[in-house]
Amino acid sequence: MLYREAGQFKASYREDQQIFPIRQDKIAIALILAFFYLVVPVIGDQYWLKAILVPVLIFSLAALGLNILTGYAGQLSLGTAAFMAAGAFGAFNFMLRMPDFPVFSEVKILFAFIFGGLMAALVGIVFGLPSLRIKGFYLAVATLAAQFFVVWALTKFSWFSNYSSSGVISAQDVVLFGVPIDTPESRYLFVLVIVTVLALLAKNMVRSATGRAWMAVRDMDVAAEVIGIRLLHTKLLAFAVSSFYCGVAGALYAFCYLGTVEPEGFNLDMSFRILFMIIIGGVGSVLGSFLGAAFIVLLPIFLNVFFHAVFAGAVPAGLGSNLELMIFGGLIIFFLIVEPHGLARLWQIGKEKLRLWPFPH
Amino acid sequence: MKLKKTVITGLAIAATLGAAPAFSAGEQFIGLTSYRVGPYAAGGSGIFGGLIDYMSLVNARDGGINGVKLVWEECETEYNNARGVECYERLKTKGPTGNTVVHPLSTGITYSLIDKATADKIPIISLGYGRTDATDGSVFPYVFPLVTNYWSQNTAKIKFIGMKEGGMDKLKGKKIVNIYHDSAYGKETIPVLDVQAKKYGFSVTHVPVAHPGNEQQSQWLQVRQIKPDWVILRGWGVMNPTALKSAAKIGFPREKIVGVWWSGAEEDTIPAGSAAKGFIAAGFNVAGANYPVIKDIQKFVYAKGNGNMEDKSRVGSVYYNRGVVHGILTVEAIRTAQEKFGKGKPITGEQMRWGIEHLNVDAKKLKALGAEGFMPDLKVTCSDHEGSGKVKFQQWDGKKWNVITDWIDADQSIVRPMIEESAAKYAKEKGIKPRDCSKES
Repeated sequence: MLYREAGQFKASYREDQQIFPIRQDKIAIALILAFFYLVVPVIGDQYWLKAILVPVLIFSLAALGLNILTGYAGQLSLGTAAFMAAGAFGAFNFMLRMPDFPVFSEVKILFAFIFGGLMAALVGIVFGLPSLRIKGFYLAVATLAAQFFVVWALTKFSWFSNYSSSGVISAQDVVLFGVPIDTPESRYLFVLVIVTVLALLAKNMVRSATGRAWMAVRDMDVAAEVIGIRLLHTKLLAFAVSSFYCGVAGALYAFCYLGTVEPEGFNLDMSFRILFMIIIGGVGSVLGSFLGAAFIVLLPIFLNVFFHAVFAGAVPAGLGSNLELMIFGGLIIFFLIVEPHGLARLWQIGKEKLRLWPFPH
Repeated sequence: MKLKKTVITGLAIAATLGAAPAFSAGEQFIGLTSYRVGPYAAGGSGIFGGLIDYMSLVNARDGGINGVKLVWEECETEYNNARGVECYERLKTKGPTGNTVVHPLSTGITYSLIDKATADKIPIISLGYGRTDATDGSVFPYVFPLVTNYWSQNTAKIKFIGMKEGGMDKLKGKKIVNIYHDSAYGKETIPVLDVQAKKYGFSVTHVPVAHPGNEQQSQWLQVRQIKPDWVILRGWGVMNPTALKSAAKIGFPREKIVGVWWSGAEEDTIPAGSAAKGFIAAGFNVAGANYPVIKDIQKFVYAKGNGNMEDKSRVGSVYYNRGVVHGILTVEAIRTAQEKFGKGKPITGEQMRWGIEHLNVDAKKLKALGAEGFMPDLKVTCSDHEGSGKVKFQQWDGKKWNVITDWIDADQSIVRPMIEESAAKYAKEKGIKPRDCSKES
């Protein structure tokens, strides 16, 4: 009743091609954005902003990057954390080695993030080259090489970490137009703006000719080639764009979340976590990246808090921690059985039901 | 229906996350970022078990510190940096005065927390791990790598090897291989070893082992080719028993392998079986339940069924005793701070920082605490956030660890200039103006 597009006519191609063609969707998205931009910074306390929302946003961006590559272009990758590391170390070195950046020095940090993203894109292209010959699981193994190589190189060549004895980097302060971004609210908003802009770009990219080419390659690359899509160009572009997103996410992870990172922090474990995010959230869906990241980041924290609140002292701490891990694993399996296409699919089903509501027949 | 359910679940989640457990006003809250799962669970459960048991002992035996009861809450980090930051943020505002002190028990988490804790005025105690140059308290006011840092420990190790060889001059021309965990933690001692190699004229080869270290065939083949006189093992977790087994396979004598304290626990040697016999490891605490402080814990805590350890036979093991050292230093620092800021009142993180910086646990105090010979004495100052630098060496006889040396001092003439140089570089990179320690009181 509420959610029905009857009576909303599209009189031009332009109107028909909008991101959200249905008016109710537009209103909903505007409300959601208004909530996250205006309400959350006011009601959220330091813990929520710093320790919950910022990491969820950053991992959403990384998952979005991987989703572009795996979900839209169909190239399986296990090197996400490595691309994030390239972004983090790229941004760090840009800030370190360009003390007098000549143009737009007020927004130097943004250039650093873009530079980090570009470095990650470069790494992505290099390790994407094998995708022209190998597919599926074999490609996953090739990207696994990226994972190990990047972490190894960052540890081995201490130039990357400015010759720090233990190989860690300590991110510089984030300053925008001379204003330090150091309060929880400003930091959250800063991350939110970057993530919104990039998510919007991604959404438009996958709706454009580029995105359609990716999906054609994903569904059947021989057929795509026959209709005139250049495989080399398309696949490498997917690798570059995806790695760029991961690189920016890595830079944000270092600059706006942890502050100090070691190469070892970007290990295979993290790549797997991000892969799980898109599998749980929904492969080939922008929304799914956000839902998946929220699920994987928040659920263990929720379980930990829940166990402490309910069973405080009643179960030995070691047993509690192990139980949390088991329940977490169990819930992942449960969700995959209930909806193999991820949380985004559940959302879609909900929307379809809402369309018929309250008369389901 | 579905919508209603989702909303209710969401609210329940929000309520649970927002709910704060009640702590009463006169208590001292300590947030514990612990880990009891994952590849390093043995270390986490032992050390946090010991720390919690010691705090329970102080509550049960002495009624708290000058009447202030200690309370704590655990948060599982899974040894993961991002989770560690979340736990730190979750715990920092709990209790009447907020979190008093953080024990990250992970070099990675320590690094991630340095900026945040300094801004929040909550001291970090990284007891025997973490950032070595944080020993320079003028640059790192809120970070305390107490007792001994990695560089001090490493010079003590070379001293020990020199003793075994019959004098430091005998080290000339000797070959040492440094097998290290390829992470921030493992790499930390490479520069100091290189400096010592130059000073004493021995040669050193650094051989990395990738995390987690359960495959070391090629590394030990390299050892066989080099034929070193000594091997320094800088391992952590599963890497240690694997190294000992691989050494046995190529026939390298375990009496010539010297481990760091994260290689020298029962959990490192028992899985290696007979291959571990003879292995030597440094430690700033010793193993054994035969100390008054451990006996008190058994009497006041375990006899009443309140102990934290699920496996009671681990009481008195190396990791457990290290947790007790954490407990002793935390409690004594709170006591020191109370003496300045008001006895019988809970202190804030900022006051705790003062307390740790003026911590003085001398031999007399150690005896009173029942920890004589259990841990070294230490005196922390503004410029020296380490306070001791002493270690003992223990050897595994196949069943238990036996102490084979007295406390061995670090060679501060090598370590201190390197720490100051490294800290100054950090200060420059971050734009920190070091405080003047001569003006601190």
